[in-house]
Amino acid sequence: MPSFDVIVIGGGTNGLAAAHRLQSSGRKVLVLESAAAAGGAALGHEFAPGFRSPGLAHVANQIDNRVMSGMDLARHGLGFVTSSVSSTALSATGDHLVLEGAAGASIKGNLSDADRKNWLALRKQLLSFAEVLAPFKQITAPRIAKGAGNEFGKLAKFGLNLRMLGKADFREFLRMILINVYDVVNDELTDKRLKGLLTFDATLGSWLGPRSPNSLILLLNRLSGEVAGQRATLALPKGGMAAVAEAMVKSAAASGVVVRTGAAVDSLLIEDDKAVGVTLANGEEVRAKLVVSAMNPKTTFLKLIGPRHLDAGFVKCIGDQKSRGAAAKLHLALKAAPDFRGADLKSRLVIAPSDDQVELAYNAVKYGEVPKRPVMEIVIPSAHETGFAPTGQHVLSAVVQFAPHKPKAGPDAARAEMLENTLAMLEEHAPGIRSLITHAELLMPYDIEARYGMVGGNWHHGELSVEQMLFLRPIAGIAQYATPIEGLWLAGAGCHPGGGISGAAGWNAAERILREVRA
Amino acid sequence: MNVMKTTDPRLHYLTPLKQTPFHPRTAAENRLNDWGPWAGYTTALSFGDTAMEHSAIRNTASVYDLCPMVKYRVTGPDAAAYLDRLTVRNASKLSVGGVHYTIWCDDAGKVIDDGTLFRLGPTDYRICCQERHLPWLLDSAIGYEVAIVEETEDVAALSLQGPCTYSVLKAAGFDVADLKPFRMRTFPFDGGEVMISRTGFTGDLGYELWTTPAHAIALWDHLFAAGAPWGIRPIGTHALDIARIEAGFIITNLDFIPVDQAVREDRARSPFELGLEWMVDFDKGHFTGRRALLKEKVNKSSKWALVGLDIDGNVSVEGSIIYQNGKTEVGTVTAACWSPSAKRNIALAQVRRPYHESGNLFVEVYALRELQYAKLMLPARVCERPFFAPPRRRTTPPAPF
Ligand SMILES: Cc1cc2nc3c(=O)[nH]c(=O)nc-3n(C[C@H](O)[C@H](O)[C@H](O)COP(=O)(O)OP(=O)(O)OC[C@H]3O[C@@H](n4cnc5c(N)ncnc54)[C@H](O)[C@@H]3O)c2cc1C
Repeated sequence: MPSFDVIVIGGGTNGLAAAHRLQSSGRKVLVLESAAAAGGAALGHEFAPGFRSPGLAHVANQIDNRVMSGMDLARHGLGFVTSSVSSTALSATGDHLVLEGAAGASIKGNLSDADRKNWLALRKQLLSFAEVLAPFKQITAPRIAKGAGNEFGKLAKFGLNLRMLGKADFREFLRMILINVYDVVNDELTDKRLKGLLTFDATLGSWLGPRSPNSLILLLNRLSGEVAGQRATLALPKGGMAAVAEAMVKSAAASGVVVRTGAAVDSLLIEDDKAVGVTLANGEEVRAKLVVSAMNPKTTFLKLIGPRHLDAGFVKCIGDQKSRGAAAKLHLALKAAPDFRGADLKSRLVIAPSDDQVELAYNAVKYGEVPKRPVMEIVIPSAHETGFAPTGQHVLSAVVQFAPHKPKAGPDAARAEMLENTLAMLEEHAPGIRSLITHAELLMPYDIEARYGMVGGNWHHGELSVEQMLFLRPIAGIAQYATPIEGLWLAGAGCHPGGGISGAAGWNAAERILREVRA
Repeated sequence: MNVMKTTDPRLHYLTPLKQTPFHPRTAAENRLNDWGPWAGYTTALSFGDTAMEHSAIRNTASVYDLCPMVKYRVTGPDAAAYLDRLTVRNASKLSVGGVHYTIWCDDAGKVIDDGTLFRLGPTDYRICCQERHLPWLLDSAIGYEVAIVEETEDVAALSLQGPCTYSVLKAAGFDVADLKPFRMRTFPFDGGEVMISRTGFTGDLGYELWTTPAHAIALWDHLFAAGAPWGIRPIGTHALDIARIEAGFIITNLDFIPVDQAVREDRARSPFELGLEWMVDFDKGHFTGRRALLKEKVNKSSKWALVGLDIDGNVSVEGSIIYQNGKTEVGTVTAACWSPSAKRNIALAQVRRPYHESGNLFVEVYALRELQYAKLMLPARVCERPFFAPPRRRTTPPAPF
């Protein structure tokens, strides 16, 4: 067994990004991945014979540019079928609105002149705020403490960006930064479809409704993402999201990283209060100078390490870290193309009839119930390329919200009810679609937890909300990738800046490690 | 027994202070009606003559009502491991029948409270302390198979302290001749049991007696009957306070502010800053605060020192500010008295490092003399604690005074 400088636990996109960055700086890195293939939630699977999902994640909107170029993902096979997917706010009458270009630069469909004008102004404002926030994603979260090793140069840039907003916009920034998205869209717009789409996007992957405090910042976070050199755009990787994982695995391997799959880490090896390696589920010990956990932080501390090696206050805090997931994932095998009343199947199809409907769908999960009328975003990868479904047939991939992570009705009853309500919504917008279905798979948050190890099924491995952002992510005291245990670092989406198929957290963590730990 | 009799729990506010199971006896003895609140109970500050009460501690036998002391029972297969993680000492090594003084800290290594830990059985411990901590104790139990119950009201306890206490117990029919300091033993009593531990808060020969409220009055009466020839007497908190200062013992919320209650961030203190580093066992495995304390130790970053002071003159200096060279403010006296046993003017003080080693310290005292203050700057010297430590506190078997 060759010896390694670093063990990375978890070969998700963040683990791979961290591994590559560390290996490229001269350390020997071993990635231990429990699944049969690396890639985490980017991986797709064959959910019915001949039908493949594009991945748990299905739309790319924030692949970190440092990861993209640093890992040279293009050279390792990552391409995009399109890097400007439009979004269609579906109407049950066929009166769709289509947002094209980055963050809906133009809108096709029946929309009043006032809304059209106001949307452009709001969009511009939101993008300028997103621009201010964007640099934060690529640095270690600053801490309010002496000697915290803050990256002041980069922070200064943030300050400068804020100044560049000008006085009026700066005031607006402060007014809006912690506001809820419902108020914002209702201040500026009247069109239900548009407001439905915007509030859906803001709350996607969260445990917030449009009217929950601070929900706008998640929309800004989304808009500050970048993929293929474009801010606030949506892209579909060629071959689905799994292709991102494949390219990352290839790049990591090319740089010398060793990826071992089917290697589930059971516990952290701690000697003399330092992390010195890991023990695998099969009992095997693997040692290294540093261990980087790119899996869930809660699981890392409570299961891999355990309370006995940690302080009581810390255990309480990490245990209390909020990690409720409300996104379910639907995969349908369709024997023919569905018809969403004429909508372009290559578009991202969003069923969120109004801002109120999004809120109502969220209400249910607050009480552990399944919403009557869930909202969702639909991607049909087979409309773009072959390889997902047999010729002439289709795969429909949808993120459906809001699904209870701890349903009162029990897991199976809730799943069945959620599926029924989701299919009813689909049928309303694409009459006849139910008769096309040859196979349906619905992954509820608890199914996602079981399959991908995301606690609560949460998109971000721990809710991304104001009180769990920046120096509070995953919890206060460990927001700079270092942990209380010497030699153990964090690098997954549970850390700053949060989730998404991005690699940003992993890359940031690696940069921090390179800065703080001598080889 | 005159404990709260109201059945409607909503009426608790009618009795803001509870009475201990010994109240019928302490009330009868309290000639000056001198009471003070302690942890939700009304307790005697003195029974009429603090000097005589202190004298009983040092010369005969004294009885102090310990009931308000907060008590938690920790049981279960992980009890020892749990306490090893909770406290800074090695609770696994404490043998059954043993007691040790201990402290526990928060994650940052700041002291939450001190107390005594009794090992009643292999998987059965009792914590006695000054403040209430159930939330912290329960949080600390995450990941451990333990049950934690507050049993303050289920235990009635008396502290019997003084050179004649061994003789008193013998006369009472409790043979504790070979009971060493920090050991305990259980005796049948009054149809129930009394557990006797050789512990106390006076630095003298002494015992603590633990039973249930049902046997409290019987125990009191039995002790006072047996102890009459030795002049046994009840004592209040004032007398005990003098004795504990002489013994150099600290009290939570008097000599330091527990970190979970401190409002001002800089009031929190580490074991190093309270002179308690001797009990921190860095080799026993992880415990809450260990990493912070190790860092403090390695970096020598402690900011305060808790010291004993010996002060010129006989004016007691409680609450005084301490100066170096008469001008630089370097600390505060947290407890002080003229010690009748040591015949010295003594104090416990928090002093900012490195002034605890600097010498040339003074305490500023405003002595009230018939409605006029005399401002005194009294020279003070850092000195060893305890100020008074008679060998009889350890001698086994104790001498039959
Ligand atoms: C329903 C849903 C839909 C989503 N859709 C999108 C989307 O469209 N676009 C987008 O950008 N993001 C999406 N996300 C979010 C995105 O998938 C995650 O934020 C992202 O995958 C996080 O990456 P990661 O590398 O930090 O963690 P993960 O991808 O979860 O990777 C963690 C890895 O650790 C491995 N692991 C876990 N435990 C162990 C162990 N004990 N030993 C060894 N290995 C272990 C896991 O197998 C996994 O490979 C979605 C999330 C959900 C829940």
